[in-house]
Amino acid sequence: MLKNYLKIAFKVFLRRKFFTFISLFAISFTLIILMVATALFDNIFAPQPPEDKADRSLYVFGMRFQGPENQSTGPAGYVFLDRYVRTLPNVEKVSIYTTPNTVYSFWRGAKIKSFLKRTDGEFWQIMGFRFLEGGPFTADDEKSANFVAVINEATRHKFFGDESAVGKMIEADGQQFRVVGVVANVPIYRMNPFADIWVPISTSKTNAYKSQLLRGEFQAAILAKSTADLPAIKSEFESRLPGVEFPDKREFNTAIGGADTFFEYTSRMLIPSQQMESQPRKLLVIIISLMVLFMVLPTVNLININVSRILERAGEIGVRKAFGASSWTLVGQFVTENVLLTLIGGVLGFFGSQFVLKLIADSGLIPYAEFHLNYRFFVYGLLTALFFGLFSGVYPAWKMSRLHPVQALKGAGGSR
Amino acid sequence: MIQLEGIEKVYRTERIETVALTNINLTVGEGEFISIMGPSGSGKSTLLNVIGLLDVPTGGKVALNSKPVTSYSDRNLARVRNEEIGFVFQTFHLIHDLSVVDNVEIPLLYRKGISSSERRKLALRALDRVGLHARVHHFPGQLSGGQQQRVAIARAIVGNPRILLADEPTGNLDSQMGDEIMDVLKGLNENEKTTVVMVTHDPRQAEKTERVVRLFDGRQVS
Repeated sequence: MLKNYLKIAFKVFLRRKFFTFISLFAISFTLIILMVATALFDNIFAPQPPEDKADRSLYVFGMRFQGPENQSTGPAGYVFLDRYVRTLPNVEKVSIYTTPNTVYSFWRGAKIKSFLKRTDGEFWQIMGFRFLEGGPFTADDEKSANFVAVINEATRHKFFGDESAVGKMIEADGQQFRVVGVVANVPIYRMNPFADIWVPISTSKTNAYKSQLLRGEFQAAILAKSTADLPAIKSEFESRLPGVEFPDKREFNTAIGGADTFFEYTSRMLIPSQQMESQPRKLLVIIISLMVLFMVLPTVNLININVSRILERAGEIGVRKAFGASSWTLVGQFVTENVLLTLIGGVLGFFGSQFVLKLIADSGLIPYAEFHLNYRFFVYGLLTALFFGLFSGVYPAWKMSRLHPVQALKGAGGSR
Repeated sequence: MIQLEGIEKVYRTERIETVALTNINLTVGEGEFISIMGPSGSGKSTLLNVIGLLDVPTGGKVALNSKPVTSYSDRNLARVRNEEIGFVFQTFHLIHDLSVVDNVEIPLLYRKGISSSERRKLALRALDRVGLHARVHHFPGQLSGGQQQRVAIARAIVGNPRILLADEPTGNLDSQMGDEIMDVLKGLNENEKTTVVMVTHDPRQAEKTERVVRLFDGRQVS
């Protein structure tokens, strides 16, 4: 029976090419968007090297400082992080680093644009970078303000072609650095580790950062001894905020923020709240609701398409009923057709999303992007598509199966 | 074989009530070949649909093989149609997307315990019985009207039903093809003892049957 169903399903798909195209387009396009969105989401938020200890890491991405008339949200000053984060008890390591700054190098007649991050020795112990040559700079290098640098593979290529870089000098932002290590490229959307060039904070052009308490360009990474310690670290940090010593309370007198994962910080920034609270669950619910909504719209369309697709086969329904098909058997047939169509759409969506991700990665719009399709999400996506395929097929099939056989037979002279 | 007792059929809409059949009492014996005649709108097809369990009468009783079937569920009606009844329609009602042999197999799809190879064998045998063994892999659109009606008859008899209901089977055919189809139906009735009930407008074809039931305005007049 299934063979007969499939045979007729393929014939119908081929005969009604436009309907088939619209249905397949709706299914595969929805799946492509969902797959690409989840792949981007996964690549941005899920733990990935070099953040290989993300399960026991927290970050202070930014703070909000408020005063009677002022409000400032963004990366904190070095002093704030040094005073209130680096001193947190029961943590394994804390690293402080700048957000990546755009710098230019003038090298053998060419202008090279790079992202430069100033950081400390602990940074390399919290992040698990893959070194292609050499090694990281150390806490001593930072303490002694040694002009040393770690560069990424792309930067090595820009400066030295295919040659080794360790031991050679590079110029960045008007300063000379000796390359001590080369690491694999890290995509720009991995906010914490990303840069092209990493140098010690102490090589900064001025010492102004040493007196910046509130506003600055610094972030911090906290490595806990175990995952179980994370809640205690979070609450310890938050408990310190009311005690922040503000230099001028008429300007700022309140510190709001937290030690977060990147997703938690995103929820803090995206979901408006007076206390800028971290609401990861709420953000997740919003994202899932948007995804469901995104799938419901094409499903409603599919239902309409299916109703007209099945309606024109009233004659066939009449014949099948006359020869012994019960209403439920017919529901089974039309649902089988719909599931088949959904599966074909799913396969197209799979290859389509691979193609789109490769297109995004190859476009160079996102530096060092490496998007991988998350197969787990693909299975979820396909299951959801199947659910909606079933849903969009069952209603029209049920509606049509209730058709009175005499009316159905009258509905078509020939059973096309 | 077929017993109709006091059959009434009324179509009701919000405004209009149309009486299609009034007090029809009819018994068709096993192996009989009868025709139902009457002008357009006299209720011939409605009566055939009631006999074929495609339509439910508003009143009265239908019994097949002495079993009352009027109150059967959708599933049971489907099973009785599948096992006991074969239909032949004026406009053939073949599924154009399926080959001849696939069309003929349809009734067997809804019968339990028949393998696909068995199904194919029975379909080919049915096509052989109507003289169409050379066209099994053609599609309906590639056949003449007469050939399409033969396919429809093969589909109707493939499951060996004891009752064949034909709604103007020659109505869309020229007289020669019509005669050929009548010969096939006669052959089935005489050789296989299949009970045949045929609706027709054509007195020439009606004469070939054993008995003629005449309807006028939904009433049985002879």
